[in-house]
Amino acid sequence: MATEVNPTDSVELTDSSSGAGFGYGYGPENPAPLIEPPRARTARTPKSTKTNFELYGWLFMRLSGVVLVVLVLGHLLIQLVLDGGVTKVGFAFVAGRWASPFWQGWDLVMLWLAMLHGGNGLRTVINDYAEQANTRFWLKTLLFTAVTFTIVLGSLVIFTFDPNIR
Amino acid sequence: MSAGTLYRGREGMWSWVAHRVTGVLIFFFLFVHVLDTALVRVSPEDYDKVVATYKTPIVSLLEYGLVAAILFHALNGLRIIAVDYWTQGPRYQKQMFWSVMGLWIVLMIGAIYPVLGHAARVLFGS
Repeated sequence: MATEVNPTDSVELTDSSSGAGFGYGYGPENPAPLIEPPRARTARTPKSTKTNFELYGWLFMRLSGVVLVVLVLGHLLIQLVLDGGVTKVGFAFVAGRWASPFWQGWDLVMLWLAMLHGGNGLRTVINDYAEQANTRFWLKTLLFTAVTFTIVLGSLVIFTFDPNIR
Repeated sequence: MSAGTLYRGREGMWSWVAHRVTGVLIFFFLFVHVLDTALVRVSPEDYDKVVATYKTPIVSLLEYGLVAAILFHALNGLRIIAVDYWTQGPRYQKQMFWSVMGLWIVLMIGAIYPVLGHAARVLFGS
C-alpha cells in the first residue's frame, strides 16, 4: 500500500451501536437520505416525446391484414379464376364492374388498406436494413411519396372513371 | 442444428423471412398494378393493350408467382395474428406453420388450371 489512508475518510464498517447504518449512524432518529430510483421522472426530466404510434401501427397491420385477406383473395378469385380468368379482363369488364358502387367501394378500400399496409411494412424493412440515418430518411421520403402518389392516383381513377371516355 | 428450442434457422425464422420477401414483392406489384389500371382514364385502347400483356404465357407464369406470394402472405399473416392473440398460439406456432404450408400447396394446385390454363392453350393449342 503506497497511499496513506486518512482515518476520517475511510468508512467504518463495524459501528454496531447504530444498527444497520454501516457506520453513518443512520437509524430512526437519523434516517438515511432517499436514493432516487434511476428511471424516476422528476421536474428535470425532459418532457417525453413518446407516442403510441408504433402500437397503433402494429394493431393496424393486424386489423387491415384480416380485411385484406377477404378483399384481395376475393379480387384474385374474380380477376384470375372466375369467368375465364384473366382473358375476360379489359376496359369493358372494368366499366361493367365500376358501374356498381359496391365494387367501386371494394376497390377503394382495398387500395387504401393495401397501400398503407404495404407502406408500413416497407417502413419496417427500411428501419431494419438501412443502417445510416441519412439513407433511412431518404428511403422513407421516397416511400411516403410513392404511397401518397399511388393512393391519390388510384382514388382519382375510381372516382372519375368515365365508361364513355370514347 | 440439434437443439429443438433454437429459433434461428427453424420454422419461426423462415416464415418471418418469407413473409418479408413476399410482402415486398406484393408491394411493388401493387404499385405497378395501380399505374396500369390508371390507363382506363387515358383510353380504352391503351388499357386493353397493356392488359393484353397480362394474358401472355410468361406474364401468366408471373401471375402464378404473384398468387403464390399473396396466398402465403395471407395465410401466414393469419397465423401471426393467431400467435399474437390466441392464448395457445405461441405453443402451436410450428403446427400452424405446417398447416399454412399444407393449405398453401392445396390452393396452389387448385390455382394451376384457372391461372395457367389460358397460357397452356396459347402455347400448345386448344
